[in-house]
Amino acid sequence: MTTSSTGVPNTEPPVDPNVRAGDAAQTPAAGGGSGSRRAGDTIFLGLSVGSGALVIALVTLIGVFLLMQAIPALARNEANFLTSSEWTVAGDHPRFGIASMLWVTVSSSIIALLVAVPLGVGVALFLTQYAPPWLQQPAAALVDLLAAVPSIVYGLWGALYFGFFIRDSGIQQGLNSVLGWIPIFATPPGSTTVSSASTIFIIGLVLAIMILPIITALSREVFAQTPVTHKEGALALGATKWEMIKTAVLPFGKPGVISASMLGLGRALGETVAVLIIVSALAPSAPWSFSVFRGGETFASRIANNAGEFDTPAKTGAYLAAGLVLFLLTFVVNAIARVVIERRKAFTE
Amino acid sequence: MSTVTAPADARDNSSTPAHLELGSKSGGRAAKNTIATIVMWACFFLAMVPLVWILYAVLSEGLHMLFTSSWWSTSQANMTSRLSGGGAYHAIMGTLLMAAVTSIISVPIGIFTAIYLVEYGRGTFARVVSFMVDILTGVPSIVAGLFIYAVFITTLGGQRNGFASSLALMLLMIPVIVRSTEEMLKLVPNELREASYALGVPKWKTIASVVLPTAFGGIVTGVLLGLARVMGETAPLLILTPYTKFINMNLFNGYMATLPTMINQERTEALAPAIERSWGTALTLILIILVLNVAGRLVAHFSKVK
Repeated sequence: MTTSSTGVPNTEPPVDPNVRAGDAAQTPAAGGGSGSRRAGDTIFLGLSVGSGALVIALVTLIGVFLLMQAIPALARNEANFLTSSEWTVAGDHPRFGIASMLWVTVSSSIIALLVAVPLGVGVALFLTQYAPPWLQQPAAALVDLLAAVPSIVYGLWGALYFGFFIRDSGIQQGLNSVLGWIPIFATPPGSTTVSSASTIFIIGLVLAIMILPIITALSREVFAQTPVTHKEGALALGATKWEMIKTAVLPFGKPGVISASMLGLGRALGETVAVLIIVSALAPSAPWSFSVFRGGETFASRIANNAGEFDTPAKTGAYLAAGLVLFLLTFVVNAIARVVIERRKAFTE
Repeated sequence: MSTVTAPADARDNSSTPAHLELGSKSGGRAAKNTIATIVMWACFFLAMVPLVWILYAVLSEGLHMLFTSSWWSTSQANMTSRLSGGGAYHAIMGTLLMAAVTSIISVPIGIFTAIYLVEYGRGTFARVVSFMVDILTGVPSIVAGLFIYAVFITTLGGQRNGFASSLALMLLMIPVIVRSTEEMLKLVPNELREASYALGVPKWKTIASVVLPTAFGGIVTGVLLGLARVMGETAPLLILTPYTKFINMNLFNGYMATLPTMINQERTEALAPAIERSWGTALTLILIILVLNVAGRLVAHFSKVK
């Protein structure tokens, strides 16, 4: 079993990864000269290039279409799109802005990262360095199984079990009473206690579980590629196993962990239905607060929450504008992940 | 965490490797090593807690629903949230139909893109395609749904139906297929291609009758895993294909039930019989996804590229 949950096999291809597998083919294909080029080759090349072009076109079109249909709505918007938290999209005087959605989206994803990255790295180290050989494969498959659980099931479980568990565990109250002077952990306005089971904090933890398999799978892959000479060198110098990991494995795997975290972040930012089910939406009149101990809506959950309302282009445009911001956000995050991977040639291609 | 590096401390313990941990390391370093070991094991068990918990919750709440024959043969027609029972046939069929159409569209596009990247692609265009596949992998499913809404419904004046969702799911499935197929094609030894060219076989025929058959098992695995991913997607369906209680086998006309939207519908009704159905549906969905996953891995196992 060589395929991880992300579809990336763990084994290195037997060919030199820097040489395209088709390189050898250049000469015979081109050698016939353009005149005698066979029809089958032309068709096949056309289909392949066409599919590649289609992929480029699709990504471009996503941006273009969202932008095109968001612009009229943005032009009619009477509030500041970036700094306002209002969301009135119907009628002649629409006022909408993304500030609160942006905060809820980013803060829940950051909580997810803060939990999932150390845990994922720990699990990946366990799988590659600590687990006895007989356990490595089945344990990795179990972690991958977390990725196979549909997000709506996470939502259901989070809303009916996990949320109440966290609420009753006192973790939120504890953070609130110790760190309550930081606005992020403050008691939300309009309530005196931290006693909700549908908060940004809780969805952050659920998102952490959801992105854990992504972070684990990619980290595991780079950790497993640590040159044996580095590890043995550290051990020969008298390092303990942990010191060997700290001086050989972790530095080697750092770019992989960073890009894995970015991919996880991208996934957390765009998660829809788990957020939709677990986090309660706030009343439009709720005052602004940085607190993570209250509900809210992310870009994705607000769009999904109001999917039934897409009846006029003006209304739809506002949601498309929110979707566009989310698309750009994930685009940037994924591009960073890609760049980090590219810099490290030892990884993937 | 200490910043002391291994070589600096290495002098005092060059002997007795058998007692590396306890005998010769200074107490602090040995203790740190032990703590690290415990932490790593704890991380793994901590990661297993939600998995076990979710599976337990779904099984304990939903399993009994699956043992009734009506679950597999009837829809939710004439049911209300106060009535217990009914079936998920309409949603199962909806999910399967949608997945079938999604793969009919995505599989050729994904495979040909991978063929381009491995067999033909060189230079800037190939790099752009590869980059765009990565970006497509990261497109949130809700954005894929919005995009199809903007094209299919706002611009082309279509109606919300099952096919619109299939198009959105296609966007999510293509990159999975491209990546897995690409990896598999790279595993095909170059000698096979060269042998084929040496016999005068044209390039397209080499790809179609040597490269693809060799990588076939891996490609099937990728398709099955991609299918498992899109079947669990909910967000685009919420926008593009509203839920209905009735059986609708026509992707091009009318609302359509799917397992994810059925879970969502039943859980919003909040009464016990509905919540019970929502767990039953969740279990059904997990089982279908699990079957696809296991099938994918079995295919991978029995048809490794030699």
